[in-house]
Amino acid sequence: MSKISLRQLKHSYLSNPSRDEDWALKSMDIEWSDGGAYALLGPSGCGKTTLLNIISGLLVPSSGRILFDDEDVTDTPPEQRNIAQVFQFPVVYDTMTVYDNLAFPLRNRGIADSDIGPRVSEIAHMLDLENTLQSKAAGLTADAKQKISLGRGLIRSDVNAILFDEPLTVIDPHLKWVLRSKLKEIHRRVGSTMIYVTHDQTEAMTFADQVVVMHEGTVVQIGTPIDLFEKPHHTFVGHFIGSPGMNVLPCNFVNGGPRFAGHPIETAGTARPAAGYSRLEFGVRPEFVSFCADGIPVEIEKVKDAGRYRIVDTRNGDVRIQLLVPEGASVASGSAHIQFDPAHTQIYADGWIVSEPAP
Amino acid sequence: MTQKTTHQKAWLLVTPVVVLVAFNALIPLMTVVNYSFQETFGNNIFFWEGTHWFEEVLHSDRFAASLVRQIVFTTIILLIEIPFGVAIALSMPRKGPWVSVCLVMMALPLLIPWNVVGAMWNIFALPDIGLLGKTLNSLGFDYDYTQQPFSAWFTVILMDVWHWTSLVVLLSYAGLSSIPEAYYQAAKIDGASPWAIIRYIELPKMKRVLIIAFLLRFMDSFMIYTEPFVLTGGGPGNATTFLSIDLVKVALGQFDLGPAAAMSLIYFLIILLTCWLFYTLTMKDEAQ
Repeated sequence: MSKISLRQLKHSYLSNPSRDEDWALKSMDIEWSDGGAYALLGPSGCGKTTLLNIISGLLVPSSGRILFDDEDVTDTPPEQRNIAQVFQFPVVYDTMTVYDNLAFPLRNRGIADSDIGPRVSEIAHMLDLENTLQSKAAGLTADAKQKISLGRGLIRSDVNAILFDEPLTVIDPHLKWVLRSKLKEIHRRVGSTMIYVTHDQTEAMTFADQVVVMHEGTVVQIGTPIDLFEKPHHTFVGHFIGSPGMNVLPCNFVNGGPRFAGHPIETAGTARPAAGYSRLEFGVRPEFVSFCADGIPVEIEKVKDAGRYRIVDTRNGDVRIQLLVPEGASVASGSAHIQFDPAHTQIYADGWIVSEPAP
Repeated sequence: MTQKTTHQKAWLLVTPVVVLVAFNALIPLMTVVNYSFQETFGNNIFFWEGTHWFEEVLHSDRFAASLVRQIVFTTIILLIEIPFGVAIALSMPRKGPWVSVCLVMMALPLLIPWNVVGAMWNIFALPDIGLLGKTLNSLGFDYDYTQQPFSAWFTVILMDVWHWTSLVVLLSYAGLSSIPEAYYQAAKIDGASPWAIIRYIELPKMKRVLIIAFLLRFMDSFMIYTEPFVLTGGGPGNATTFLSIDLVKVALGQFDLGPAAAMSLIYFLIILLTCWLFYTLTMKDEAQ
């Protein structure tokens, strides 16, 4: 087990990348500490899988280095990196039994049969595969096949990290929940570094201690689920995390303070953005917007019931603002006034947060 | 219990196919069946012979000898072409500009008309002026396919391997290309050796196309006629007289229509039965 560091890592699938969008991964520096449970979260095509394949060695990055502890493994092939990886779609060796499938990574590394047996039973027990150990892997359901893939990922006890590439996509919802808790439990017990790629925020939030949010080939924020919720470092994180997403509203600076539609906005620890930005916005989550007697005037457009709370769509001029109202509270119709919670309001210049020192 | 709905009218929709198959297979086949039970001296006059022709064919040494030659030939070319074809497919590039070059090169022998293949090899292998024959003789081999049975067999087999291995290659290659990248990635992560990748991923994934390749090569080689006929004419002596060459000799050379018809039916049944057995046995695993 070891700490994994990425240094100025960049990758492009093209041979001569010139434009910004030619890069699947734009320069990134990340440290994954030993034994952490990380989630790599982002929409499809943001570079999550590319990053994962670079860590496991299936891809060699265009530039930059990868270090396991202090050893440079950038050019080391996957089988020598001592990494386990589970893929999105189940990969099983059809002609082998479930037992042989699970034992395969161990046998390839020359581990004695007497040590393999107990290890396989342990993993099979963990994943509830004991009853099928002696049957051919080919005839099993997609669920069971993916459990075998997971099992092959977990079977080696000495790996540097276990990488999961959306491993629960093909699993049906009930079992998905069970397996996710199981992975969490395995992480607690085994303590190996786990990196879990997903585009599902719930999955990321429940699995990981630290969530790495990616957007268009860049890491926009690394933080605990609470950090991501309360202090998004980028408007993308605000949109992507939380349902409904953060309100991102235009503002301008007048007399040293931010204003929205002529009204001053209070933020916690506002720093004045450096000059040179082209777009200035502030963000506040619907959870931190409330009705008040005297504030920013809005027109109420629509009220949606979402169970424990209601989502109210309002409009100030051309700008839409959403807010959440607890179940049972009354919502006026027509005109109203709203206010923002200063502790949860941040200023963004060109998408990046400025009310805190930039990451 | 769920009631299974039956749509008898659906049979109507199958009628065109039934009619088509009848006209191009069943009805011509029936004329053969007709001849196999009767004797004719022309003028559409027939005499009932019962199973006489079948008994005659089955007891004839000539038929037995052709059948043995046929089985030996088919076995040898299958043993060469299937592994060789798989090996070539495995060593072909999976991506890049060379893919299309390789595929076209592989497809070339398949595009040549069969009698041309025979004629090409006929000249190519001539011991005095052919490139192959001359080379072999100048290297010290006593090679003359027009005189020696062993040379004739060697040439016929070499010709078939040249002509038909490509088919196995193309089918195997198609099977290989359909294996998702994740299998290779998983194998790398699992630390699988190159041989293990072939043994546990590529061969199992190619199983279906290999069954098709095997069946096609079995049927085609078992019915081979044109190429050896043009190359050796069945000789020297009867050394390369395979079943179909013998059949044509009986039917059109001697004009023994009755025995020829009986022989065709036996020939047909052997192929049908072998294919069915092979397919059923190899597919038994899949069905479970």
